[in-house]
Amino acid sequence: MEALDILLTASFWVAAIRIASPLIFATMGELICERAGVLNLGIEGIMTAGAFAGWFTVYAGGDLWTGVLVAALAGAMFGLLHATLTVPLGLSQHVVGIGVTLLATSLTYFTYRLALPEVTSPPKIEPFQPLPIPGLSDIPVVGPALFNQTPLTYLAFLTVALTAWVLYRTPLGLAIRAAGENPSAVEAQGISVTAIRMGAVMAGSALMAVGGAFLTMSAFNSFFFEMINGRGWICIALVVFGSWRPGKALIGAILFAAFDAYQVRLQQLSGGVVPYQIFLMMPYALSILALILVARRATYPKALMVPYQKGER
Amino acid sequence: MRVEPKPAPSFAVTLLYPVAAIALTFAITALLVLAAGASPFSVFHLVWKGAAGSQFALLETLTRATPLIFTGLAVAVAFRAKLWNIGAEAQLYMGAVVTVVLGTGALPLPAFLLIPIIVIVAMAAGGVLLLGPAVLKTRFGVDEVVTTLLLNFIVLLFVSMLLEGPLKDPMGLGWPQSPKVIADAQLPRIVQGKRLHYGFVMALVSALVVWVIMKKTVLGYEMRAVGHNQQAASFAGVPVNSVLMKTALLSGGLAALAGFSEVSGLKGNLTLDLSPGYGYTGIVVAMLAMLNPIGVVASAIFVAGIFVGADAMSRSAGVPSYIADVMVATALLTMVVAILFTRYRLRWK
Repeated sequence: MEALDILLTASFWVAAIRIASPLIFATMGELICERAGVLNLGIEGIMTAGAFAGWFTVYAGGDLWTGVLVAALAGAMFGLLHATLTVPLGLSQHVVGIGVTLLATSLTYFTYRLALPEVTSPPKIEPFQPLPIPGLSDIPVVGPALFNQTPLTYLAFLTVALTAWVLYRTPLGLAIRAAGENPSAVEAQGISVTAIRMGAVMAGSALMAVGGAFLTMSAFNSFFFEMINGRGWICIALVVFGSWRPGKALIGAILFAAFDAYQVRLQQLSGGVVPYQIFLMMPYALSILALILVARRATYPKALMVPYQKGER
Repeated sequence: MRVEPKPAPSFAVTLLYPVAAIALTFAITALLVLAAGASPFSVFHLVWKGAAGSQFALLETLTRATPLIFTGLAVAVAFRAKLWNIGAEAQLYMGAVVTVVLGTGALPLPAFLLIPIIVIVAMAAGGVLLLGPAVLKTRFGVDEVVTTLLLNFIVLLFVSMLLEGPLKDPMGLGWPQSPKVIADAQLPRIVQGKRLHYGFVMALVSALVVWVIMKKTVLGYEMRAVGHNQQAASFAGVPVNSVLMKTALLSGGLAALAGFSEVSGLKGNLTLDLSPGYGYTGIVVAMLAMLNPIGVVASAIFVAGIFVGADAMSRSAGVPSYIADVMVATALLTMVVAILFTRYRLRWK
């Protein structure tokens, strides 16, 4: 029964929401890119760059929100690179995405070594602190989980609402969705598909970078090599799992994070009888399983990965 | 702005674009070297000396190129059929696991029997690992990019589990490493006392075999047809799914050979740092070679030279050796642009 009791503890849900936060940012980022028709495999590297950029800004004396902004800008710059190669030039989104991931990761590691040549253990910063919402944070279980988190977690939830509102309630959102479904219809309205797609990739990449920055500025307090550890790839699976809808993707991210928090606790409970690697494999295996379950009825944006040229049909 | 096809350029011009891409890569890297407060010319000179300046350096470069030829071939084969195998890293480790399982005394056979058996089983293991994502792609429409990427993490954890469990070296003082393979399971060195081993020769032969398969066999033709236009290939009677399965087996098998040759020829045992990302670097190697199997050999040696040279340079010039990774990633991006411009031009209007 112990294994089920975990699900009722507040600390479990606090951890689940904390683990979900970076995934929510990055999943929304990827979702925006894909809704506009661009698969962004740069996500893993962009998250790494964001994690470093945000942390390093604070380490160098900037305040926390400046760090978030710098991370977002770094992400947008890699997004610009990705978009330039994939949108107007129409190069393979697979190859360019992997290339951007390799470049962003290696540039980050290079800069880290250059800035901190001597350190053996990475220096720490003062990260975001939990900000309880008066009244709401006193509700049992739900209060600590949802209303006693760091400001970046609240921002993550706000991002989902904003993404949904922009995509479904504004002309801009309509243009973004149409660019991913039927780009010639966008062009027929006198809107540039190229501009919409490039903008979407840059905005999405900025969100991915903020997701990375969450890890170094809210979940932990310093930067480690390989700290993204496949989270970017998991977010790509979450976008498919959420059938390209912000709300569903949010639920997917929270379910996934709850599972991740659960496996850590089961690991402690099992007392070393089952090798710990089995538990660590579960999140990745779960992502693959989720993809298999939804793949048959997944309705991809029709123009996803299809380059668009003005005047071509 | 439009991207439009242009008349096929002459062979010389076709070569000019990749050269320009490499030159651009060096220019961008030079900016980073300047940012690091060093002189680009002396740094590039040190890289060159470290990669090819002596017999030792050259042999080291060829040794480093060996796994990259295998993973580069694996990626080239898969990408040619538009099977996006980003999982060469995992397939490499599967090959290494098989080598250790069969090569540490479980099969007491002479070398001329043992090595071929290990090679076949290792290739099968790597191939089957990629067969999974290929089946998921054709049967369920699951994107193989994500599944192969996620499998890299799963397989590395699996290896970690083996190295702390059944494959743990009892003499390893607690380190997560496997025992050494027996003498009959080892590939001999090409030059006594140097690190270069017969895995390199195997890699060259593999490149040749892959070239023959791609250019001279029906399977190679079908793979190219599937990669070019799946609908058209299917309409013309090419069994698309079966071609993709064969591609997966071949690609995964080639990547597994990288793991086999690293364990059997160089390291002798399996550790968690057997591959510093050879699977991912294989993507760059394949793209630099424009997916040509013979070109893979040249680009693997080039990329290996950058890594080996940068290691040596970093020790003396103090520029972080990650400059090599930056350079290789930049080369990938400049090269895909260069390949585009050999066949298309930009029209501003």
